[in-house]
Amino acid sequence: MSNLSIILKKEFIQISRDPAILRLIFLMPIIQLLILPFAADYEIKNINIAIVDQDHSDYSRELIGKFQHSNYFRLTGYETSYKNALKLIEADKADIIVEIPNNFEKTLVREDEATISLVANAVNGTKGNLGAFYAQRIVQEFNSKIRSEWIQFPRVNPIPLINVEYINRYNKRSDYQTFMVPGILAVLITMIGSFLTALNIVKEKEIGTIEQLNVSPIKKWEFILGKLIPFWVLGMIILTIGLVISYIVHGITPGSNLWILYVFTAFYLLAILGIGLLISNFSQTQQQAMMVSFFFTLIFILMSGLYTPVESMPFWAQKVAWMNPVTYLVDVMRMVLLKGAQFADVLGHLKIITLAGVALNVLAIWSYSKRN
Amino acid sequence: MISIRNINKTYGKKGDITALSNINLEVERGELYGLIGPDGAGKTTLFRILTTLILPDSGSAQVMDYDVVVQYPQIRKIVGYMPGKFSLYQDLTVQENLSFFATIFNTTIRENYHLIEDIYVQLEPFKNRRAGALSGGMKQKLALCCALIHRPEVLFLDEPTTGVDVVSRKEFWEMLKRYKEAGITIFVSTPYMDEATLCDRIALIQEGKILDIAKPKDLIEDFQPGVFAVKTAEMNRAKNELQSLDENVEAYHFGEYMHVVTENNHLTPKAISDFLDKRGHQEVIIKRTTPTVEDVFMNLMKHASTTTT
Repeated sequence: MSNLSIILKKEFIQISRDPAILRLIFLMPIIQLLILPFAADYEIKNINIAIVDQDHSDYSRELIGKFQHSNYFRLTGYETSYKNALKLIEADKADIIVEIPNNFEKTLVREDEATISLVANAVNGTKGNLGAFYAQRIVQEFNSKIRSEWIQFPRVNPIPLINVEYINRYNKRSDYQTFMVPGILAVLITMIGSFLTALNIVKEKEIGTIEQLNVSPIKKWEFILGKLIPFWVLGMIILTIGLVISYIVHGITPGSNLWILYVFTAFYLLAILGIGLLISNFSQTQQQAMMVSFFFTLIFILMSGLYTPVESMPFWAQKVAWMNPVTYLVDVMRMVLLKGAQFADVLGHLKIITLAGVALNVLAIWSYSKRN
Repeated sequence: MISIRNINKTYGKKGDITALSNINLEVERGELYGLIGPDGAGKTTLFRILTTLILPDSGSAQVMDYDVVVQYPQIRKIVGYMPGKFSLYQDLTVQENLSFFATIFNTTIRENYHLIEDIYVQLEPFKNRRAGALSGGMKQKLALCCALIHRPEVLFLDEPTTGVDVVSRKEFWEMLKRYKEAGITIFVSTPYMDEATLCDRIALIQEGKILDIAKPKDLIEDFQPGVFAVKTAEMNRAKNELQSLDENVEAYHFGEYMHVVTENNHLTPKAISDFLDKRGHQEVIIKRTTPTVEDVFMNLMKHASTTTT
């Protein structure tokens, strides 16, 4: 038996006996893929709206009715003064105030023009912006409706009407889960790859067995490969489990051949394992390795385009994001699972990731020394 | 077979913590050589240099004629190392640990079974138990098996008996004797002075310096000062008073007695007894005793500190 296969055999025995790793491998993808896509939802619904109606006319009631019947809003306050409505915002019971002034109907009929005011709570910027945007749309609809009521029997329609019909490609119902699941799967693979590798090697340091191995004819590359291969295999298993879950639970069927994804992940894992290896080389205890891994993982996840599109980041952040390996996997996951990308489409990413993998591992092997 | 010449090693960013200074010693083939010294004396550092785990700052060392800096791959093939902290895979069984360490040295348990047989029969009933679930003594035996399984020519044992019960310690030294007879050179460190007499030769080490190298027997025979075992009802008071008696008198606890060491033999049992009587000590017992390695060590330490200050 070669040294490598001895180490591999030992690693697999140890992994199979570690209840924590086994739970992590099977439960982490299941829980994350079951819970997160439903919870981490970007669609803004249930915007609380407070209405200040000082007009009490037919038109104002009609407008309020429109707000009530929309899916986005929930009427939580019907106040008589702006001051009272503001109190609702302060108490976090309302996100948006719509104020309909006195004589709203009268001015509208007489002067063909009236003003209403819209106040949004922008503490949660997304919610405030989207709420104001939805509210505007409702007011516009209301606006064009009354205008068309007033113009009677025209020969040609005096208001030009352009109706927009749109189709969501690649994610037909613009389903947030479909968008999130591939991304979460990418993060999962990254975490397992970097955390577990780093912890595993540092554990040998902690219990002192690494000294025994260092005083043996085992070569540096044999030791490192012996550590990398098991976690590479685990990463591929996680990918498979994750794909099965996203098919069964979220109904995601790959848009193109899965082998593209497997090939990419295989190379991607090399880069990630290299990061784990590097972390372990510079940590003496498992706590240290854990904290460093956590630090990197957090940055990797938030700057990967998982939640916020890379394109909308500031220029410097985009540069950082494209130095982040997770960005590439998140992108490829979505390209393959949703868009049905072909191999040629991911080739660019694959080249970069392979290059990063080689660089990281060379650095890791170079910095691992059997003696100091 | 191990020769160490002018080895120096410092730690710390500025190299201001001296671990070893100018160490010189030779270990013969087939010798059971003891490195005796308190915690922090530099024993582990020396072991780590000899087992090619760290580099010395200066000086050179050879193990079986291989240089520890240049020819480290050869050394790694022929030495067995048992670090101070027994390193075994806690989640592997006794059998798996042993066969793992056998195979990484390209050998099998069967091939060298005769070497470890005596110990292994004791481990056999637990061979399917995980190493983490073994008792301290059993772990130590397994660690020794793992260090021996590739039949090393030199065995480095760093404080192998620390934290092990008296019976296991005794058994352990008997085993070492047998390996010595089988032709394995053994370099062992220990903080226990009583174990020193079991070695062929010992080097006393303190604060990174070798104080003396000798056969334990010679060390004791050559010891000049007279040693008395003294016991009174108030040991601590007596110890302090005796120490202030004369600058050539040293008193320290030794089991239930204290040892009173007098340089130049100018102090007689009668003089000690009179001195203690005058200070009102009760139940005084005084007897002349043969010095031990500990007495020698204490004496050397005292001289080392007086020469440096």
